[in-house]
Amino acid sequence: MIDTLAEMLSYPFMVRAFTVGALVALCSALLGVSLVLKRYSMIGDGLSHVGFGALAVAAALNMTPLAVAIPVVIVAAVLLLRISGNSKIKGDAAIALISTSSLAVGVMVISVTTGMNTDVYNYMFGSILAMSEDDVRMSIVLSVIVLVLFIFFYQKIFAITFDETFARATGVRAGMYNTLIAVLTAVTIVLGMRMMGALLISSLIIFPALTSMRVCRTFRGVIISSAVVAVICLVAGIMVSYLCSTPAGASVVMANIAALAVFSAVGALRNRGGIH
Amino acid sequence: MALIKCENVSIGYEGQTVVRDLNFHIDSGDYLCIVGENGSGKSTLVKSLLGLKSVESGRILFGDGLKQNEIGYLPQQTDVQKDFPASVYEVVLSGRLNSRGLKPFYSREDRNQAYEKMEMLGIRELEKQCVRDLSGGQRQRVLLARALCATKKLLLLDEPVTGLDPIVTTEFYELIREINRGSGIAVVMVSHDIESAVKDATHILHLQEKVLFFGTAEDYRKSRVGRNFLGGGQDD
Repeated sequence: MIDTLAEMLSYPFMVRAFTVGALVALCSALLGVSLVLKRYSMIGDGLSHVGFGALAVAAALNMTPLAVAIPVVIVAAVLLLRISGNSKIKGDAAIALISTSSLAVGVMVISVTTGMNTDVYNYMFGSILAMSEDDVRMSIVLSVIVLVLFIFFYQKIFAITFDETFARATGVRAGMYNTLIAVLTAVTIVLGMRMMGALLISSLIIFPALTSMRVCRTFRGVIISSAVVAVICLVAGIMVSYLCSTPAGASVVMANIAALAVFSAVGALRNRGGIH
Repeated sequence: MALIKCENVSIGYEGQTVVRDLNFHIDSGDYLCIVGENGSGKSTLVKSLLGLKSVESGRILFGDGLKQNEIGYLPQQTDVQKDFPASVYEVVLSGRLNSRGLKPFYSREDRNQAYEKMEMLGIRELEKQCVRDLSGGQRQRVLLARALCATKKLLLLDEPVTGLDPIVTTEFYELIREINRGSGIAVVMVSHDIESAVKDATHILHLQEKVLFFGTAEDYRKSRVGRNFLGGGQDD
């Protein structure tokens, strides 16, 4: 066991995968609690598809992938938030529209330029080999920013997640914090996308929050539990991916499914036992 | 100077005026009930008092040291998520946000205030409970404690007893009356329950797109609009 672990960590690409993966999982779990409770889960999914389109265009234009994808996805995040906040437009339909359109643009651009090859496959389903030194540095910087902002604004994020009307009535600028959450989510998604895959990255946002809510009864408990569960599942998933040569993204999602099953069982047992 | 004074206020949505030419005021210690039929503009007025919706014309003035973000607001039940993982303590404490400014963490004073309000409303032993496990009456007390944490001067309650059973409703009204008389906090309550409103309130504001009546509860009972609205329940 320890030998296998040592062997894994002797490969630089594995160290990079663990580092970036754990940081991205941590950030998306924290943001995910708020997004799931505010019924904005679909935004995460929509953003990853926009990210796919942006990456494809960046590759075609021979530009740095993240330099293109991050601004594009941030703009999309703000836009999607506006759409969801506006009850007149059907928010879920609009998100589906934007995400499929971006996917289509991405696929068209790739097929015209480089052709449908393994790159496309990697974008869609993620690759453990995708992380470069630059990506690691960028992930560390951005994750620290996300964590600091999250801790600094934790009380306000709780207030607008629980009851936005009350928060606004007591002078919290809810619109600003919603935008902040969306922007941080956008950055996190772009960072994690190439490893997890455009189709699977939103699982990092949704699973840990839902898993923790099976058992935890306080907001702080859900936040801490989500962070821990997310990192453990990510590490487990990447180990499975390495040992069984399965795609990284899918392996991490499998680990998350297992965690959800365990937590649901614990929650159900506790409810039946009547223990509070 | 009144706590809140509305001068010729009109409010509407996208050019369509919902309420027009409102003139009324709320003084320290008042217990004002806002009554009227569905769609008469009660909730719209509440939003404007809280600063969530701007007025089309007229002015809403705040006095006696009351700031707009220091109103203790108890929202309609439907606005609060029922299946939310948060403890009673977390929810009550969030009422203190308006006195925090940009400071990220709560002080000892904030925590003491939260405990004091929980004690006052008899929910101290529920402190660690999850809000989704509470009964309707308990949940309203939690939200009331949060509202009290946010204000020293004025509570604004938007149909607070909707969905509560009769016994809990009576208890809740008693609680509001005690807070109003005991702590001298002014109360503004939007209500469907006209009978109780007239019994407890010192003032009534009857809305029907405009002000049908504004004055003391006693005068309201004698007025034509009041007698009509109170209906057959009254002997005279």
